[in-house]
Amino acid sequence: MEEREHMPQTQDAQEAITVEHLVKRYRRSKRNAVDDISFSVRRGEIFGLLGPNGAGKTTTIGVLTTMVLPDSGRATIAGIDVAANPLGVKQRIAVVPQRSNLDRSLLVGEILTTHAAYHGVPRAERVARAHALLEELGLGGRAKEKLGWFSGGMEQRVMLGRALMHEPEVLFLDEPTNNLDPQTRLFLWERINALRERGVTIVLTTHDMEEADRLCDRIAIMDQGRILALDTPAGLKRLIPAGTMLELRIRVPEVAVAGHVSQDGAIHVQDERFRETFKKLPGVTQVERLTGDEHEEGEPGTLVYRLYAGEDSGTLLPNVTQAVLEQQDYLLDLRLSQPSLEDVFIYLTGRNLRS
Amino acid sequence: MSDTISSPQHYESQDAKFYIAVTVRAAVTAFLAIVSRDLLVTRREALTFLLQTLIQPLFFLFIFGKVLSTIGAANRGFSVLLLPGIVAFTVVQTALQGISIDLARDLSFTREIDDRLLAPLPITLVAIEKVLLAALRGLIAGAVIFPLGYVILGSGFQVRTDLLGVLLGLMVLAALMGAALGLLLGVAVPIEKGSLIFSLVLTPLIFTGCTYYPWASLGAIKWFQILTLFNPLTYASEGMRYAMIPPLHGQQLPTLGTGWVVLALSTCLILCLWVGLKLFQRRVVS
Repeated sequence: MEEREHMPQTQDAQEAITVEHLVKRYRRSKRNAVDDISFSVRRGEIFGLLGPNGAGKTTTIGVLTTMVLPDSGRATIAGIDVAANPLGVKQRIAVVPQRSNLDRSLLVGEILTTHAAYHGVPRAERVARAHALLEELGLGGRAKEKLGWFSGGMEQRVMLGRALMHEPEVLFLDEPTNNLDPQTRLFLWERINALRERGVTIVLTTHDMEEADRLCDRIAIMDQGRILALDTPAGLKRLIPAGTMLELRIRVPEVAVAGHVSQDGAIHVQDERFRETFKKLPGVTQVERLTGDEHEEGEPGTLVYRLYAGEDSGTLLPNVTQAVLEQQDYLLDLRLSQPSLEDVFIYLTGRNLRS
Repeated sequence: MSDTISSPQHYESQDAKFYIAVTVRAAVTAFLAIVSRDLLVTRREALTFLLQTLIQPLFFLFIFGKVLSTIGAANRGFSVLLLPGIVAFTVVQTALQGISIDLARDLSFTREIDDRLLAPLPITLVAIEKVLLAALRGLIAGAVIFPLGYVILGSGFQVRTDLLGVLLGLMVLAALMGAALGLLLGVAVPIEKGSLIFSLVLTPLIFTGCTYYPWASLGAIKWFQILTLFNPLTYASEGMRYAMIPPLHGQQLPTLGTGWVVLALSTCLILCLWVGLKLFQRRVVS
């Protein structure tokens, strides 16, 4: 994930997509579906629009794919204005929608070749391409089948194949793996990542944090028609004040407990000691002791802490380990966890993504 | 056209005319590809299509044209009057149904039309292509009525051959009109109310469309005669009668004037097409 942040940015690289102050309000709607958003997508980039249902992701894609007319603002694909020249745009884009819209009167192979014919791909070439794409998408040998009882995942693959038939410059994926089984999700993620190598620019919408995190170079977090934040996945996570979370379980040896009137008192003293020590460590912003059965598992003399650390957490791990060992205590368990995009979303909106 | 197409930056150095030519060629290619896809599917579904569209006219011809006249419940000349009406109604109804139901379903949930809407051609051409194909289906169904009538009606099958050009022209016009009406219904009617609306429209359309009776004979029921004038199928039926029924004892059967027929059918065609395309555009681009 890290190396994506340092993607080379050639100065003369034309933007694949630009969006400037885009506004869209549907008839009979009280608020703007898309409310003054601006962003641009570089060539070859995988760009994510992340947000809950109704955030304006699909409307944004609708404008970029010429199916929704903006009320104001401007959007271009490969330098072509989507409102002024929809035909020019359509030649350069492809869309994989949320729900299957495959032509059910045709055989699987025909779905691909027919689409290519719409886009003017010569006959011999479209047959060859369809064959290669079906093979690549794990549908080799199924060209002569009817869609019939194809599963959602298989239809999704056919739609991806269809979209790639005319070699689009920009590919739009609307919730590409929504409601798919884990295996197909992984397969599609792999395919989407492979498209990066071909230089296809990809815009995908999702409300799946893991998907956004794994695929996207940059992500725009949308809510109620606005872009709340736009950055690399790592950059977004840094928005949360505590950049890293470290959980550790420590057992205090019997010796330390002995000599005190009660065990509780002994633990209390130990706790004070740990808090002091951890707070002094560089980068640590907050120390929290987690109590309760689930953490201490009823074992006497076990303490569980969660440390929050800022951006510079590179030395945190060895420092913590050393601190615990210096006190001659046992470090039972150490777990480093990064904040997820979900945490970022909650941080930005105060709401859960699925609510 | 030049103000609607802004040439992208990397075309700036080149001639804008060249860019427009490329766009137009892409649109023509896409249009032809859509037509050939539809022809492929029509060919593949030919048998089901013919059975589905011809079962009704087949029974009408048999019962009204053969059985009723044989048992004496109808005049022997009735089958001669009936055949043109059946042709007109088959052409119009087949064309209408060839677009309306599919389109209504497509726009609401199957969305199979999306792939065409994203093809590099103006979206109105997507609708126009559907109209043309539906009209073609109407024409095919109408043409099949002739051999069918020849077999079923026997001696009751009488068609003049000196006006074949007029007949063909009127059939094409009627088919286009039916398809345009189908487009309008397809885009205007929400799919949930589809079957209700279609039966509310189709049944009156057939029975007030002068399919089973010549218009001039309605003089005895004046109000009904006037009512039928608001049904475009009336003009199609009357036009077919004019072009098909041979003169009896040198006397031409009185029908609505061909000028009126052409005018009414064309007006209906243009009106339905215009409103239909407007609504279509509004349905697919928000």
